[in-house]
Amino acid sequence: MNKLQKWIDNNTYHHSEFWDLKKLVEEKQKKGLKISLCLPTLNEEKTIGKELIIFRSELMERYPLIDEIAVIDSGSEDKTLEVAKNYGADTYLASDILPHLEPKKGKGENLWKAIYQLEGDIIVYVDADISNIHPRFVYGLVAPLVYRDELQYVKAFYDRPLAFSGNTRASGGGRVTEILIRPLFSLFFPDLTAIIQPLSGEYAVRRDVLDKIAFPIGYGVETSHLIDVYNKFGLEAFAQTDLDKRVHENQPTQALGKMAFGILQTFIKRVNAMGVFNVEHYETVLRQFQVKRNHYEQNLIEIEEQERPPMIEIEEYRKKFNKKV
Amino acid sequence: MKNLDSLKKELPELEKKLKKYREVLLANLVMLGEIPSPTFEEQNRIKFILNRFDEAGLTDSSMDSGGNGIGVLSGKTGEKAILLNAHADTIFTKKTDHTMQVGEDTITGPGVADNSLGLATLATLPYILEDLGIELENDLVMLCGAKSLGRGNLEGIRFFLENNAMKISSAICIEGIQLGRLSYSSLGMLRGEITCSVPESYDWSRFGDASAILTLNEIINKMNDMRLPRRPRTSIVMGSISGGTSFNTIARDATLGFEVRSESQEVVENAGKTINDIVMEVSSKTGDRIELDIFAKRIPGGIPYAHPLTNCAKTVMESLDIEPRLAPSISELSALIDENIPALTLGITKGESTFKTNETIEIEPIYKGLAQLIGTIIAADGGYCE
Repeated sequence: MNKLQKWIDNNTYHHSEFWDLKKLVEEKQKKGLKISLCLPTLNEEKTIGKELIIFRSELMERYPLIDEIAVIDSGSEDKTLEVAKNYGADTYLASDILPHLEPKKGKGENLWKAIYQLEGDIIVYVDADISNIHPRFVYGLVAPLVYRDELQYVKAFYDRPLAFSGNTRASGGGRVTEILIRPLFSLFFPDLTAIIQPLSGEYAVRRDVLDKIAFPIGYGVETSHLIDVYNKFGLEAFAQTDLDKRVHENQPTQALGKMAFGILQTFIKRVNAMGVFNVEHYETVLRQFQVKRNHYEQNLIEIEEQERPPMIEIEEYRKKFNKKV
Repeated sequence: MKNLDSLKKELPELEKKLKKYREVLLANLVMLGEIPSPTFEEQNRIKFILNRFDEAGLTDSSMDSGGNGIGVLSGKTGEKAILLNAHADTIFTKKTDHTMQVGEDTITGPGVADNSLGLATLATLPYILEDLGIELENDLVMLCGAKSLGRGNLEGIRFFLENNAMKISSAICIEGIQLGRLSYSSLGMLRGEITCSVPESYDWSRFGDASAILTLNEIINKMNDMRLPRRPRTSIVMGSISGGTSFNTIARDATLGFEVRSESQEVVENAGKTINDIVMEVSSKTGDRIELDIFAKRIPGGIPYAHPLTNCAKTVMESLDIEPRLAPSISELSALIDENIPALTLGITKGESTFKTNETIEIEPIYKGLAQLIGTIIAADGGYCE
């Protein structure tokens, strides 16, 4: 565990370490980096306006850390796109990006298409449903990449650990993290257990890494990122930043069941490929139960975690960014 | 130095230019608005603002011993000082959810209008003036006043006025709403609480009437019967009431919060005496303990309607198609009037549901409100308001 402790000591930050935005912007400019912010959305009219106002004001107008902000939407039925446009974001429907590809619907699809659409050397993803939004959600993630060239992927975590003694874990993760991801990582990828909140939706990544990993379009995207980046670049490619509190709407347990089901599919796919498991076939129907007048009914939900290939395999992308496989 | 006529012509253009500061102003508004700031606990909001003042390179930005945040934008000569004031406290407790919601053309959240927007205006103004290249002759003193509302009783601004060494020639108080508001005079006011308490041991001989709420009701009825003159205009505001704990328990305590307001100091004082008499009378009749606590007073006064400062503000407002609505005030303006400083209160935008958690302001009129404020500052700086 010394290795993990060393990694935690060296690669875990608190956002307050990066309060000096002037210095951060100078470093970014010195290194000639371009940074893009992507906000994936689906019906986020209540929170998107506030996020845009704060990021544009603090990280574009006052301190030019971010070069572009794009909202990539899965087809909102509310006013998400109107509000986003009103507050100066570049807005895209995911299906309009690389339109010749068969459209898929899911957050991972938006994140994947952002790699093609956005120009940055670093792309930072921030969920659009955060009600206590603050510039730290961006600079806290971007700063380690700006200051340390060897880092590739910076992940957010929120709840401050209560104690770090030996193997005692923080009470940091959410329910799915603690009862699914952490046990799985402990079994198969013990190094990744050092990542306090593996499912957090906020992370900053270098383009050169993003375009080399596959993207599940649904629930599994964060898990697959961690496993794939770990397999390709090792634990040293990661860092994590404590962003203090994150306020968002809590999900009911049944919704978490769907999430866990999707994540498990992604996980099995990866451990299969690594030769750890040999599961040739698995079901894609999640069975939950509900009661109707003393009668127990099955609720069948089809969840198939489809994946997009690494963006570098897409010809238009290679042309646009002048890249080779 | 601009003359008033050329300033008038430039203001509509200024209003358009101000639109480019939307994100900076609204971000300040949202971030400030989400910091709880009940009266006596304004420090976190004031720290945020002082940080903004520091970033804008203001000299002497600091928190004084009265808990106020102060920043000074130095003028070219600095002979005099124009004071801009916005109170930093709100009526909402720390437990209230202070999340701000940004819609297409509105922002909603507790205290957004009163007075997060006023405060955000102060926080953003140095940035705007510098970016627009507006340099003033006189110093612009920005005061984020602590302990202003309720029991705060303008303690912050009074402390500042008593202890600063600046030559303040005029002052503008900034309130989030309503755009068009032009207050130049203060009403006489007396603010207090009446608390009725019944003994812990229940007296069965007084079955049915031993309730603090009933006693308070008696007082309210008598206050309502008080004869108030139509001229000078006078009113009693029964502002808040609380008491009791459940359906089936006799209320042990009940409290009324009230204000007497009048254009005449004498009437205010007489009303205060009458309320005191009512309290004594009801107390002796019921045997309940009744406390009258008068914790805030204002003396009526102000600058004349035809004062150059009022005229300047009216001219500026008219050139921006803002219809001035004259109304007296009992807020920080009173403290300035007490110190014989010509002062006005201006509103920045339109809004509704004031004092509720869904308090809402409109975004679009803000540019007009800001242009009005900057126009009035420039006019005051040019010496047209003295």
